[in-house]
Amino acid sequence: MIGPVPDAISRDDVIHVARLARLSLTDQEVDRFTRHLGDILTHASDVASLDLAGVTPTAHPLPLVNVLRPDVVVPSLDRQEVLAAAPAVEDERFMVPRILGEQA
Amino acid sequence: MADSGMLSGWEMVVGLEVHTELLTATKLFCGCANEFGAEPNTNVCPVCLGLPGSLPVLNQAAVDLAVRIGVALHASVGPSLFHRKNYFYPDMPKDYQISQYDEPICSNGWLEPPGHPRVGIVRAHLEEDTGKTSHMGGDGRIHGAERSLVDYNRAGVPLVEIVSAPDIWSSGQARAYVSELRAILIAIGASDGRMEEGSLRVDANVSVMRKGATSLGTRCEIKNLNSLRSLGRAIDYEARRQVDLLNSGGVVEQETRHWNESTGRTASMRSKEEAFDYRYFPDPDLVPLDPGEDWVDRVRLNMAPLPADRRAALEAAVGEDASSAIAGQIATVVELGLDGLVTAAISEGVKARLAVARAANEAAAAADAARSLDAGRFVQLLKMEDSAQLSASQTKAVLAELLAGAEGSPEEVAARLGLGSMDSAVLDAALDAVIQAHPEEWERFRGGDNKVIGFLVGQVMRSTQGKADGKAVRAGLASRI
Ligand SMILES: [Zn+2]
Repeated sequence: MIGPVPDAISRDDVIHVARLARLSLTDQEVDRFTRHLGDILTHASDVASLDLAGVTPTAHPLPLVNVLRPDVVVPSLDRQEVLAAAPAVEDERFMVPRILGEQA
Repeated sequence: MADSGMLSGWEMVVGLEVHTELLTATKLFCGCANEFGAEPNTNVCPVCLGLPGSLPVLNQAAVDLAVRIGVALHASVGPSLFHRKNYFYPDMPKDYQISQYDEPICSNGWLEPPGHPRVGIVRAHLEEDTGKTSHMGGDGRIHGAERSLVDYNRAGVPLVEIVSAPDIWSSGQARAYVSELRAILIAIGASDGRMEEGSLRVDANVSVMRKGATSLGTRCEIKNLNSLRSLGRAIDYEARRQVDLLNSGGVVEQETRHWNESTGRTASMRSKEEAFDYRYFPDPDLVPLDPGEDWVDRVRLNMAPLPADRRAALEAAVGEDASSAIAGQIATVVELGLDGLVTAAISEGVKARLAVARAANEAAAAADAARSLDAGRFVQLLKMEDSAQLSASQTKAVLAELLAGAEGSPEEVAARLGLGSMDSAVLDAALDAVIQAHPEEWERFRGGDNKVIGFLVGQVMRSTQGKADGKAVRAGLASRI
């Protein structure tokens, strides 16, 4: 799953990832996170330097598979309670701003 | 049907992604009801709304249906993981969709659409459906919408996405693939197969390449294909568009395109910058899934017969009568789930050709009612037609009544409708009257012109208001030569 660890992370990588997460960062924050994320990747590259051929990747820290529930309906939330948490409501539905063409 | 043969010098290559909602009682990761058409936002809970602190737990029935799909598609069913597919769009309140990424539950299968080459199945994976957004204001379509309204009842409904290999070379093969896949999903109880309600959705990846080329062209993904007809038209249009573009020196850009059923065209959906960077990572709230051999074997043993097997069984029951002319009717009968009725009739001695025809044509008009029709009544009715007690048109009338919920045996229904075999004296009189009224046609018939018999039979049918039996009329005419 985890490929080769990149040597370093660039400022552009940080700006790209911040944008994907809808985070707005100041220049100083970009510098700081470039350093922090670089440190984390350097730490992870210690693992990549080991000979792990034949070691099964860990999919989950708990040694469990097949945690399942029966297909039985349980009551849902009260709609008024649900919609009370919405930023805006129309027709018993969540109202959100226009979706595509948001530059307009 | 337009085909790749029309793309002189080029051929199309198509891969299909079919999403099917699963027929479970609850959603994939929570106990909210999985039902179509409920009041907006009434089937939602902290899990499917992505409220902080809520934890998803996988639905055993959804896994079981995914295993069934894998077995039905001759795929390997193995250990799998759930990933988060991250994106910002209000149809998922969590801002990610739980899906399977590099380790899907099913991989490497195949499906053979009747009459077309086999299509490989790359993978089939479990994922959750998204909420339903309606775009308001503007012209009502996505572009120009002023606001969107979201109903989260569908968010978290279990889906299986079935991804074919690019093994499809014509719109006809694409339609046959989806049609057969749909029949399989219905037969194994995984899906209701309703394309118009969106419980079965198809996206098509279309590219074109020069005949004989070995590498695939750039593909476009076509969305909004709500019927088999749309699927076929959209693929033909898109392949043609790409060929025209390339022939005129243009370049096909990889993009998502929207099929417009009323204009018959595909149009580019402006894709947001970086829209495809989903940053998949394993969902830490979910542990790996591994149904294991026992589960898969249990599913295999309890699997309902697949459409291909049912077609073969019906063809065997029809026997020597199974000419290519009724192969299409046999496929229809199986698709509509009426093979039980037909097999019952044939085993009771009704002529196979008759049983298949009545099921594929007349019963098909009310297939839901026909599936729940008592086989005994169907058999009785067909025996009445087989023994000339009822004419073909009378049988059809009685069948329509039975399918509309009429009480009583076919005999009683026929009697209520005033139908029954004609007294031979009445039929003789009708035959004589028609011969007298149309001397010219009668002479031609006597002279060996068999083409005119349809006219004469039609006249007798008309004068008896359809009560005469066609076979008896023909026999009566022949005996008078
Ligand atoms: Zn829920």
